[in-house]
Amino acid sequence: MEFLGLYNYWVFAILLMMGLYAVISRANLIKKLLGMTIFQAAVFLLYISMDKVDGGTAPIIQAGAVDQLYSNPLPQVLILTAIVVGIATLSLGLAIVVRISETYGTIEEDEIRKMDEE
Amino acid sequence: MVTLFGVFLLTLLVITAFGIVRAQHLFVAVMLSGIFSLQMAAIFFILDAADVALTEAAVGAGVATVLMLGALALTDDRERGPKRHRWAPIVVVSLTTLMVIYATFDKPRLGDPEAPVHQHVAPWYLEETPQLIDIPNVVTAILASFRGYDTLGELFVIFTAGIGVLFLLANPSKRGARSLLPSAEAEGLRHHLVPRVVGRLLVPFIVLFGLYVQFHGDYGPGGGFQAGALISAGFILYALIEGEGTALRAMSFRVLRAMIAGGAVLYVGVGIAGMLFGGNFLDYSVLADNPIAGQHLGILLIEAGVGLTVTGTLLTVFHAFAAREQRR
Repeated sequence: MEFLGLYNYWVFAILLMMGLYAVISRANLIKKLLGMTIFQAAVFLLYISMDKVDGGTAPIIQAGAVDQLYSNPLPQVLILTAIVVGIATLSLGLAIVVRISETYGTIEEDEIRKMDEE
Repeated sequence: MVTLFGVFLLTLLVITAFGIVRAQHLFVAVMLSGIFSLQMAAIFFILDAADVALTEAAVGAGVATVLMLGALALTDDRERGPKRHRWAPIVVVSLTTLMVIYATFDKPRLGDPEAPVHQHVAPWYLEETPQLIDIPNVVTAILASFRGYDTLGELFVIFTAGIGVLFLLANPSKRGARSLLPSAEAEGLRHHLVPRVVGRLLVPFIVLFGLYVQFHGDYGPGGGFQAGALISAGFILYALIEGEGTALRAMSFRVLRAMIAGGAVLYVGVGIAGMLFGGNFLDYSVLADNPIAGQHLGILLIEAGVGLTVTGTLLTVFHAFAAREQRR
């Protein structure tokens, strides 16, 4: 049971590296962006795992509650905004992929590189 | 019991991620990424992050999936090229995974109240929020007031991304608003009975819930970011059912652009108003006679600004993708 408390961090490590693998080994640009979102989600998981306090509840102050423990609100604030910034940057990346596809007719990195060399 | 459920969800998350990386068909990968986000939202909820769970569910499972599918429609939904294993990346990521896992043994266990992260400023925020700002939701208090500068910066990142997508995809000089009116194939799902009936029923309630989340963010989970994502999800559903042209008649590009800029201007304006009343930039306590009433007013206004910019940006991006598809 002792190591169950680290399970979140292990999943973080595995997801982080799965995302990185998709980014560095796949030639397809949309697949790379999907890998980037997995990478990003892993970081979100790391932060949110750190906010948990045993016996705590969501950091919304309850009127009249005495000695109520609350989880840490700070990581939540950081990740809340990061998620929305993440979708904004993802849409920018997708827009660039769409333009690349219109110019080159493909979204495979190796084919694009071949066309550039010719 | 909750711990076991958490372990189960986290394991499912890893399996789903594995599916995303392996899937050759990009449509499958995008759908799996929607499921991935929903599982992530459930995990955030178990970990006491109600605000984050709401955002992830609305953004990740809703809007992101639609945008990804829009991009797939414009490019190619199959991964081409030889599917060969490259050993170098596999070795690198496996070694790094093992190293990171080795490093986690030094981390405090999940839920440890003595962890360093809980000793720094977090207790101060939890203790001082009732006195200084007097709203129950500490997340909103930090986001909008204590750390208003950070949120302003993030709002401008979203603003810039929205403008960037417009530069890349839309070309207003060549294509006026006229040509965006629905053509024959742009009628959405109007001829499909079930999506039409169920979707029409859902749209007003999604938007209403978005407005509730916007204005109730001081008291419960919610705020401008979540509300913006929910409201734009509602309008995207409307556009999918009725066709993009009809949705653009309800809320035109001009309105959306005004929302993107107006939200950012409102946020900065509240900050400058604080300076004019004799306080610091983004100091709301001088906005009203009573510092706490000033804080309430300031938080309400800047959350409205955030909601406007997020809604405007997400809907603009969606329409930019959709309009490009029609033109092909």
